[in-house]
Amino acid sequence: MSATRPAAVTVRRTRKKVDAAFYLMLLPALLLFTLLIVGPALAGMFFSVTNYVGYGEYSFIGVSNYLVLFTDPRILRSYGFTIGFSVVTVLLVNAIALFLAVLLNSRIKFKTALRGVFFIPMVVSGIVIAYVFNYVFSTTIPAVFGGSSILANADWAWVAVVVVTAWQAVPSALIIYLAGLLAIPEEVYEASSLDGASPWRQFTAITLPLMAGYVVINTVLGFKNFLNAYDIIVGLTDGGPGTSTSSVAMTIFTGFTSGDYAYQMANAVVFFVITVLISIAQLRIINRRGVSL
Amino acid sequence: MAIAADPATVETAAKAARRNEGHQHGTGAVTGRASRSAWLVTGVLAVCSLTVLLPLYLTVTMAFKTPAQSVDGNGFSLPAPFNPGSFADAWNLVGFPTAFVISVLVATASVAGVIVLASLAAFAIVRQWDHKLFRYSYFYLLAAMFIPFPVIALPQVKLTAYLSLDNPVGVALLHVMFQLSFSVLLYSAFLRSIPGELEESARIDGATTWQVFWKLIFPLLAPMNATVGIFAFLAAWNDYMMPSLITANSDLQTIPVIQKIFQSSFSTDYNVAFASYLMAMAPTIVVYVFAQRWVMSGMTRGAIK
Repeated sequence: MSATRPAAVTVRRTRKKVDAAFYLMLLPALLLFTLLIVGPALAGMFFSVTNYVGYGEYSFIGVSNYLVLFTDPRILRSYGFTIGFSVVTVLLVNAIALFLAVLLNSRIKFKTALRGVFFIPMVVSGIVIAYVFNYVFSTTIPAVFGGSSILANADWAWVAVVVVTAWQAVPSALIIYLAGLLAIPEEVYEASSLDGASPWRQFTAITLPLMAGYVVINTVLGFKNFLNAYDIIVGLTDGGPGTSTSSVAMTIFTGFTSGDYAYQMANAVVFFVITVLISIAQLRIINRRGVSL
Repeated sequence: MAIAADPATVETAAKAARRNEGHQHGTGAVTGRASRSAWLVTGVLAVCSLTVLLPLYLTVTMAFKTPAQSVDGNGFSLPAPFNPGSFADAWNLVGFPTAFVISVLVATASVAGVIVLASLAAFAIVRQWDHKLFRYSYFYLLAAMFIPFPVIALPQVKLTAYLSLDNPVGVALLHVMFQLSFSVLLYSAFLRSIPGELEESARIDGATTWQVFWKLIFPLLAPMNATVGIFAFLAAWNDYMMPSLITANSDLQTIPVIQKIFQSSFSTDYNVAFASYLMAMAPTIVVYVFAQRWVMSGMTRGAIK
């Protein structure tokens, strides 16, 4: 990630006084970033050890917010749903995107048009398409195929969330896979087909191993997005039925209204730590695979 | 988002792409079997593409139905009779013109803000990499990639309210902040590939650092500006979470947020709701269809850098 400059340049540069213009170029980004991102992050950590309700006075209560958090069934359920939903969606998105990438990269007709269609979900607003799917799941599917809406079923509503999230997330994974496939030289396939390898054998023996790094990238990026799921869930189920599809983000936002401000800040801190741990774990796997992020 | 910024790999990929094209169209002797399999794969992909197209088709047909037909539940039937009146209803009901203007302003400000802030910061960081302050600033700014909005939303809402930024200005500013890390990363990778000699010669001719940046470097950054701009635009234009929480005055909401009205007050006016959804989706889809090649290359650059 970080390029080191040649030694000769380094020596000359360090001796030179830095032009003030460089400070002025960096300053706006640093100041705004500190004020609007780092400031709130520190304030959040601070309030997580208080009993602040969002207004008025507060006092320090130590780590008790955190202790309650780990035994609160509502919180635990939101983590269970969010992590479970993320795992399923990551698997589904990677499988679909890899499948589409291999097909789109092979000899086909109307390549540009087909490619174009598969990328449309990327430019559509998540909540708007979730409203559209809300109607499909709750009205059209029961009207055409019978049965009742899965959005009203506490055991199966998560499937709808997975479907719509995957619908929107496939294109970004697809872009990365298509870029990866282009990097595999055509000669490798030609040589293997001379040796009589079937297309399936070519896929498992050549494509898949060479794409392993890209799979990890897509897994990391996917996880990062899905753990913060909010817009699509609001449009589909609004966390329901009951709290069966309430994501962690949704639970944190209840801190605005329920007087749980400090408590939900503790939740946000825990959520942050979990997100970072998952990212680091995945980055370690990437490094072992020799792909730098 | 970010794979090894190795120009050699990208180069190889581009070459391979050109070779593939040549391979497919250049060789005249395409056997009947190869052509049959090409059509077969095309067919499979066409069927798959229905998963994308059907929801969009449903949105269009629903928007042109009469209220009576729209409540029968079958979203896939064609409108009979054809009723374009829903658009006028939706236009007025959700206050579409105001929301559209606000969405355009928020998205434009986010794009301009992130391009200027991130390219300036990345330029300073890359050119002064040997100085601790600049090097540490890079990692400081990049660390934010691990801070998603939900984690700091509660304090941010308080802060923006306190600073009188609980409005579209604040929303645009926060969008810039959340795009900053990724954009600085992209710009830095790109700037490292621009040789310093170019700037040295401009300096010898008497150009100041600012002139070097705006006259020489910024034009060279054009492809990265496009990439950063596309991502920033889509993030700002389509977002629901941030404006819905930050903007206090509901008359100043963006297009995605105002769609909520159909979930509560007007939940059975499906034709009007879908007309509104269609108006919300159409701008980005239309732009994308016409600028597909450009958007795709921009997003691919973001994916492999």
